[in-house]
Amino acid sequence: MSESKFKYQGVGREYQKKLLTAWNDRLQSAESDGRKVAYLFVPGNVAEFLRVFDFELVFPEVNALQCGVRKISGDYILKAEDVGYSPDVCGYVKNDIGMMLAGNVGPSGHKIPKPDLLLCTYCGCTTFIKWFEALAHYYDVPLVLLDIPYLRGSVIEETDRQYIVQQLKELIPLCEKMTGNKYNHDKLVEITKHAAEAEDLWVQILHSAKRKPSPFDSYFEAVFFMAPIYILRGLPECTDYYREAMKEIQERIEHGVGPIPEEKFRVVVEGPPPWPHFRSFWELLKRWGVCAVASSYSKVGGFWDHGFRHDPTRPLESIADYCLTCYTNQNLAMRTDLLKTYAEEYDADAILIHSVKSCRSFSVGQADMREQFLRKWDLPTLLVESDLADPRYFQIAQLRNRIDAFFESLEHKRLVHA
Amino acid sequence: MTFEEQIQHFRGIVDDVSFPTVKEWKSKHTGGKVVGMFPVYTPYELPHALGMLPVGLLGAGGIIEIDHADSRIQSFVCSIARSTLELGLTDRVKDFDAVYFTSICDVARNLSGIWKANFPHQLVEYIHFPQNMESPSAVHHYRGELQRLLGNLEQLGGKKASADEVVRSIEAFNHNRSLCWRLHEIRQLTPWKLSTYEAYILLRIGTLLPVEEHTHILEGIIPLVESRETKQRDHVRVILEGSFCEQPPMELLQVIEEAGCYIVNDDLLLHSRWFTDPVPANGDPLLALAESYIQRSVSSSVRHYGLRSRKQALMNKVRSGQADGVIFSAPKFCEPALLDYVLFKDELEKNGIPYLAFEYEEKMSVFESIRMQIEAFVESVMFFT
Ligand code: SF4
Ligand code: SF4
Repeated sequence: MSESKFKYQGVGREYQKKLLTAWNDRLQSAESDGRKVAYLFVPGNVAEFLRVFDFELVFPEVNALQCGVRKISGDYILKAEDVGYSPDVCGYVKNDIGMMLAGNVGPSGHKIPKPDLLLCTYCGCTTFIKWFEALAHYYDVPLVLLDIPYLRGSVIEETDRQYIVQQLKELIPLCEKMTGNKYNHDKLVEITKHAAEAEDLWVQILHSAKRKPSPFDSYFEAVFFMAPIYILRGLPECTDYYREAMKEIQERIEHGVGPIPEEKFRVVVEGPPPWPHFRSFWELLKRWGVCAVASSYSKVGGFWDHGFRHDPTRPLESIADYCLTCYTNQNLAMRTDLLKTYAEEYDADAILIHSVKSCRSFSVGQADMREQFLRKWDLPTLLVESDLADPRYFQIAQLRNRIDAFFESLEHKRLVHA
Repeated sequence: MTFEEQIQHFRGIVDDVSFPTVKEWKSKHTGGKVVGMFPVYTPYELPHALGMLPVGLLGAGGIIEIDHADSRIQSFVCSIARSTLELGLTDRVKDFDAVYFTSICDVARNLSGIWKANFPHQLVEYIHFPQNMESPSAVHHYRGELQRLLGNLEQLGGKKASADEVVRSIEAFNHNRSLCWRLHEIRQLTPWKLSTYEAYILLRIGTLLPVEEHTHILEGIIPLVESRETKQRDHVRVILEGSFCEQPPMELLQVIEEAGCYIVNDDLLLHSRWFTDPVPANGDPLLALAESYIQRSVSSSVRHYGLRSRKQALMNKVRSGQADGVIFSAPKFCEPALLDYVLFKDELEKNGIPYLAFEYEEKMSVFESIRMQIEAFVESVMFFT
């Protein structure tokens, strides 16, 4: 690739970094500037709602994943185990507690402000509740739980939607009192408008992977490209980011290039990445010319690619729908169907399940899914195990063997059928 | 049968993973429906109101080998999830017409999905219990959830339950719970009269029988227990915490007592005394169940209490039980128990209450090291506090 030909190369990554640094700077000065800080989870994050009151938002999961990428999660996890956490509980929780005990300096070197409000969006993970109860225990600040019913059927029930809307309304007085800012419906409308614009663009990027070769890796690249839609959704700079990122993708399409030199296999990926060994894991797949054309992990903080958008004409209801449909909140049958649908929509050769010990919310059921893909739909499926935060569980030799054997056999099948 | 013979007899039924009581009930009730209840708490009243038999689905207690479930659930998951699925995959629960799982944890929730995929002929329900206890909307939402469950059961059974029928079920379970509370009280006040193991068996048998039969058993047995002439020993009084879902090996309960402890409060089979007050048996019965869940139920690691803290609830147990210490006995891999442990132990340390922690699995068969730990704990409590 010559530089002149690729004007936008790396824009997605670079611009994202710039935005996150600015966000971290803002967080660092929040306490001294008297701005209120709310902690919340990525799945079911009601960022639009909280922005009405000008809360600064901290996402402990994002800190945890960044600690993983920077390979400091292992030490923090041990610190948490020192105060009594079991080796068998979620590594994200332990990373966060360990980091807090070590002085709460974030992975990028920024000081993370203390929470004024812990808003636990109970969206598909019960460990979320335990995590924020622990933070409430250590920080001694109010914890409010936004109860998001897990999808029991395959559609949104009006009662579930209204329950969330009611809870948001009930939350208004507390937010007003805490921040001194009044609830402002017009402002919420404006914010959801921005959110929907960014969502449109993000979906265009995701859908671009339907092309052959795919210009975009929907797992290994998506995890960076998706950060703004989780962290900055509702702000104009978020939309701006996706406009720029789209240019990069467009440029790749024009030149017929993608994330790997030659796309040989297209896979749908299920499960979070092994953050402390992100690069090595990717390399294991790149060797085989594997491109992830769709993934479920890029939907944990919002499931937009089948049509849902935040809706300025019914902002609270659409926030409720957003919470209810995040991938984490979808039941196993929906998840299984979705992965199969992705395999069809994106013309994938196989499904790759990265099953992580930390996250039972994700992993319990994946082995059964694999059985179904194989049995019902004859969809080649590889399930490998490690962890998203705890480096102790990443066994590279074992993973390499499994991955090599799987793609070798796919290659062989191809040759036989050719 | 003497008291001891009865316990022995019930133990035999509990250990029989072919669910003999279900078979017997089905043979007597042609077309009758059986509903399996995964722990911790489930509204037993609903199937009962329709003349169905709610039955505890509490794992296999290490009795069967896990062969088939291994390919469906990974190794880093608690044994109750794996052994329950094994029961299903080996056709041992094929007489069940419906199965209930609840929002206690992600494992139980996802198990409901696995169950649905593997046993399509059964009605599989996942109950969303409200977690936002502060929200005035929670009661309404949970009432709706109960209505949905009842509607699905009505469809399964091909008939409707009247409000009166639900009220009568509430009464039946209120009465049963009051007897379970009485057993609990005996354990608190005179733990030498009834061992935890015996109390456990008496509660556990209730998960396998129609509530009326269980009530009848308890009514007969409680006077026997009260008049028992057993010697009070020089034991330390402990609270047992963490064994609320996966059932601890019964030998473990015996070992704790043999090593010198009276367990004066615990979270075993909590559903049997889930409500602190009788569920109101007047007015809208579903609303009564919903309000009771939110306003008048015991503390447990599987639910969030808003401002009412579980740490406080544990300290209340310690005080009201005049306990000398706390034993955390958690299933391996059980996040609700293991994550709560840290907050609990901090609270105990703050209050100078000694504690001991260990993990168990269904398959556990050697208890010597745990016995030694408990003996050392008992000694330290007796001589150094
Ligand atoms: S269990 Fe999974 S979803 Fe829940 S906090 Fe841990 S990593 Fe996140
Ligand atoms: S033992 Fe713990 S982790 Fe397992 S199903 Fe029960 S509550 Fe969930």
